[in-house]
Amino acid sequence: MSTAFQKDPRSRWLALSPTYLVIAIFMAIPLCIMIVISFLEQNVYGGVHPNFTLAAYQQILFERDFDDNLVFDPAYLIIIGRSLLLALVATLITIVIGFPVAYYIVRQPERRRNLLIFLVTIPFWTNLLIRTFAWLLILGRGGILDSPFKWVGLFGPDDSLGLLYTPFAVVLGLTYTYLPLMVLPIYASLEKLDFRLVEAAADLYSNKWSAIRYVVVPLTLPGIVAGAILVFIPCVGNFVTVDLLGGAKNLMLGSLVQFQFATARNWPFGSAVAVILLLFVVSNMLFYARINKGGSTQGHGS
Amino acid sequence: MTATRKRKASGAGAVASFPGLFIVAGLFYAFLYFPILVLVAYSFNSGKRSMVWKGFGIDWYGRVFTNDAILASAFNSLVVATVATILSTMIATAGALALARGGEFKGKTLSVGLITLPLVVPEIVTAVATLMFFASIGMTFGLGNLIVAHTVFCIPFAFMPIRARLEGMDTTMEQAARDLYSTEWQAFRYVTLPLLMPGIIAGATLAFVISLDDFIISLMVSTAGTTTLPVYIYGMIRQGITPEVNAVSSILFAISLALVTVYWFASKPGK
Repeated sequence: MSTAFQKDPRSRWLALSPTYLVIAIFMAIPLCIMIVISFLEQNVYGGVHPNFTLAAYQQILFERDFDDNLVFDPAYLIIIGRSLLLALVATLITIVIGFPVAYYIVRQPERRRNLLIFLVTIPFWTNLLIRTFAWLLILGRGGILDSPFKWVGLFGPDDSLGLLYTPFAVVLGLTYTYLPLMVLPIYASLEKLDFRLVEAAADLYSNKWSAIRYVVVPLTLPGIVAGAILVFIPCVGNFVTVDLLGGAKNLMLGSLVQFQFATARNWPFGSAVAVILLLFVVSNMLFYARINKGGSTQGHGS
Repeated sequence: MTATRKRKASGAGAVASFPGLFIVAGLFYAFLYFPILVLVAYSFNSGKRSMVWKGFGIDWYGRVFTNDAILASAFNSLVVATVATILSTMIATAGALALARGGEFKGKTLSVGLITLPLVVPEIVTAVATLMFFASIGMTFGLGNLIVAHTVFCIPFAFMPIRARLEGMDTTMEQAARDLYSTEWQAFRYVTLPLLMPGIIAGATLAFVISLDDFIISLMVSTAGTTTLPVYIYGMIRQGITPEVNAVSSILFAISLALVTVYWFASKPGK
């Protein structure tokens, strides 16, 4: 059947034009403006002067000392490094937890499977701010984790385990927030997996663990990689979790960007950091596209 | 198809089963829901300090409904979410129809890429880019600014379930309508649209939830008079944790939960 959209290309573009217009004007153009602003001079009262400069990018690596010389300053590199490291740790933890959980779900009867998947998605659709706030009640001074110690009398009423505002709290929060994004793609690829292959492995005297290692994991690798990227990207750019659970000591890229706009009023520098974040995203997507291309030919052979 | 899937899942028998996984999965779900349970439990705490349990009470819910600032920000959230949902669902429906029923055409992949752009770009980047864009063109429509920003990132969420529904839909009914001399418009209005409705409802629900829950973009784009509920909650958390935060957060959670359940049933495949 040919629809009006196929007979008349103009009607197809007419139907697509609102999407194009809205996303181009209010998403693509703002991103371009942001890139331009990252190359402009800062106006200390907010906004920018229209003069080209690389100062914002310089500021990431160097600092001006009293004599106006550029001195290497690793402060922002440390923030970038911390963002990548904590995001990586959180991603690895979500794989370690997410894979067995997805495996468990896929082995259940169909009705139960649907319910279990629904339960995985619920937290994802509820407010991130609220879910993070809940961790404040657990980790914070006098929170749930502190109370048993208080009852036993291990420490006084004003003491605390001091878990909040640590890298541990940030990784915990990130893991908690993005776990569903790891379980779902792994589940999707496990669901497509033909478990008779596992049976075949067993017939060939493989034990359970090597069947997992040499059959299940390689065949579900695309799902694991997809999950890793889905988790890693928002972790690097995360603001809410880092801000509430990390405090000022554990600044990451997302909170650094927010700080430049809300407090420091340095638009070019904030934009430059945001551009770096975007570059991370783009490189991750390219990496994923490459892996996926290689994977489709590799899957049958090995 | 269901039969083969069932066989696949249960075919491997004992080889592929790990009894210990039950415990891992149990711990996983406990981890996922524990913070939410804590939050809801504390919201019924009658004590003044949010972290010290003083007994059951619903006083804080009463406080929420008499707090004018909370009510005003909740009203803003509802207005923004409603308008952004209507706009984004209409835009996404038109886009999904063109993409799913338009055959193969040049620029199709690009179109899908453009629609998913708001999903790919980190939220904080979108937030500051939008903020600078509004500032540089001098757009100060108050809630209007928020509605525009929300409509943009709601489009992909509305788009996905609608497109999935369209692609899973049988076109024979539409064909039959055309064979019976319906016009293109009548076929759409009386056949395609009713069949597509569950997808549209699912998409609209998702868009509404996403808009209602959005925090980062609202934080950057909102101004003094246009605070949304999550932004206001953030301010409350920043000032110190009070049981009022627990109560209002629990309410927001309950609303999201209800909407996600609607989405779940609307997006279920079937007649």
